Amino acid sequence: MGEVVRRLPFCGAYEKKIGNTVFIPESPVTFVHPIILTTVLSLWKPPMKNLVILGAGTAGTMMLNKLHAMLDSSQWQITIVDQFETHYYQPGFLFIPFGIYSRKDVVKPKRDFFPAGAKVVSAEIDRIEAEENRVLLKNNVVLNYDLLIVATGAKINPDETEGMKDGLWYKNIFDFYTIEGACALADFFRRWEGGKLVLNVAEMPIKCPVAPLEFVFLADWWFTERGIRDKVDIHYVTPLPGAFTKPRASGILGDFLDKKNIHLTPDFSIARVENEERKIVSWDETEIPFDVLVTIPTNMGDEMVERSGLGDELRFIPTNKQTLQSEAHENIFVIGDATNLPSSKAGSVAHFQADILTENILSWMEGRPLRAQFDGHANCFIESGFGKGILIDFNYDTEPLPGKFPLPGVGPFSLLEETEMNHYGKIMFRWMYWNFLLRGKELPIESHMSMAGKRM
Amino acid sequence: METREIAGKTLAFDADGNLANLADWNEEIAQALATEEGIESLTDRHWLVLNYMRSEFQEKGDAPSIRKLTKESGVDTKELYQLFPKGPAKKAARIAGLPKPKGCI
Repeated sequence: MGEVVRRLPFCGAYEKKIGNTVFIPESPVTFVHPIILTTVLSLWKPPMKNLVILGAGTAGTMMLNKLHAMLDSSQWQITIVDQFETHYYQPGFLFIPFGIYSRKDVVKPKRDFFPAGAKVVSAEIDRIEAEENRVLLKNNVVLNYDLLIVATGAKINPDETEGMKDGLWYKNIFDFYTIEGACALADFFRRWEGGKLVLNVAEMPIKCPVAPLEFVFLADWWFTERGIRDKVDIHYVTPLPGAFTKPRASGILGDFLDKKNIHLTPDFSIARVENEERKIVSWDETEIPFDVLVTIPTNMGDEMVERSGLGDELRFIPTNKQTLQSEAHENIFVIGDATNLPSSKAGSVAHFQADILTENILSWMEGRPLRAQFDGHANCFIESGFGKGILIDFNYDTEPLPGKFPLPGVGPFSLLEETEMNHYGKIMFRWMYWNFLLRGKELPIESHMSMAGKRM
Repeated sequence: METREIAGKTLAFDADGNLANLADWNEEIAQALATEEGIESLTDRHWLVLNYMRSEFQEKGDAPSIRKLTKESGVDTKELYQLFPKGPAKKAARIAGLPKPKGCI
């Protein structure tokens, strides 16, 4: 209908005139043959989106495995960045000074835990430019992201305490939160004849808040086995008002210290180490002498966080304690030790967070509200020496309580009690960690804490 | 939650022994709380820290940690421990009428 004015140069369309009005087709597609249209649409892909994970430690590796299995690889390209090639089983460091584990028991190549086809970038991270949605690497590579997961963890910073790294570092002062420190302490203990052993926690928060207690429990057992316990004075010195962060567990664990003849000094905030006189001094000038000092130095987030301007005064990233979304940027999520959450910094916590974070990331990608909420759940086997262990299970609101776990009334594990079964749980955990946890497989423990089996 | 008399008023306290209601606080109550903590009289240096803590709390919703205090209040760590012996962050928060800092887990 209408008079053809002229033929348009595409797809056989015509400009037509009806009355005094000239009709021009809106777009050439209107006139595209259906077969051509179907073919073009079938070849068209939405632009690939980028999900970048920073850090391939416990939390980052778990997230990579979970998301790699769930996301459509034609829509999301997942990239993980880490400068190191070795994965350390950090809970195992505790056993090294006592010769129970050696280096080979706690290391595996990170690549063994990456899913086939994962894009892995081995480089040091310079900074996140959150406003530009990109990450700069030290090798000048730039990674643009649509969604970022920060899992860069926490590490010890002995330099934060005056005198800590002076003359006696790795001679009479050791940490056991690094492989180097744990191995150096093992060498020292093998030759040590006894004296004053002081364990000092510099400041909170620290990774695995039960590890320092486990250390003194194991020291009590190990020096007893070696027959020199009467020559070793074990002294637990903490900035907390008691043995642990939570009141009821603090009381019970404090009793264990008593029973094992381990001296406790609470409310001690270390100001400096005096190397010549071999003593630690608090800010209010209390002095504690040592022959060997085992320190848990100040724990801080990665330097990259500070360079990116994303951290608090300890370089931890302000994070929503329920959704795990960064407080400052809606397309940045944070997991594990890198967060500022008031939960324990531990692998079990990162594992519970990983379930929540996976759910929230899928929601975020579909534009749905973030409904999954982390409750602060932590579950820790505390090695107490002489082949026994104590188990605690708690969250933000509920402190560790006695009872049976994970099956109410049955166990096999006992909460806040010292049993051999709890020790086997701890030993078995390493196998679970390598084979299930890191690979993002399901474990038979709920991510939310359960009150079943607990006694008030 | 418990209620008891302090500086002539009956006020509510939380489980940590800190004031339950921010609005109940005044300078007289601060001095009474300080006396309970073994601080005889609050000096200008104490007030510098207390005022900083209150403004930080009003802005951020959490009392600052010792590290933040040292960095931003104008009083260094050494002096903080002299002013508020044992636990500066915890004690100063209590005297300032704030809840215990979340960092003090």
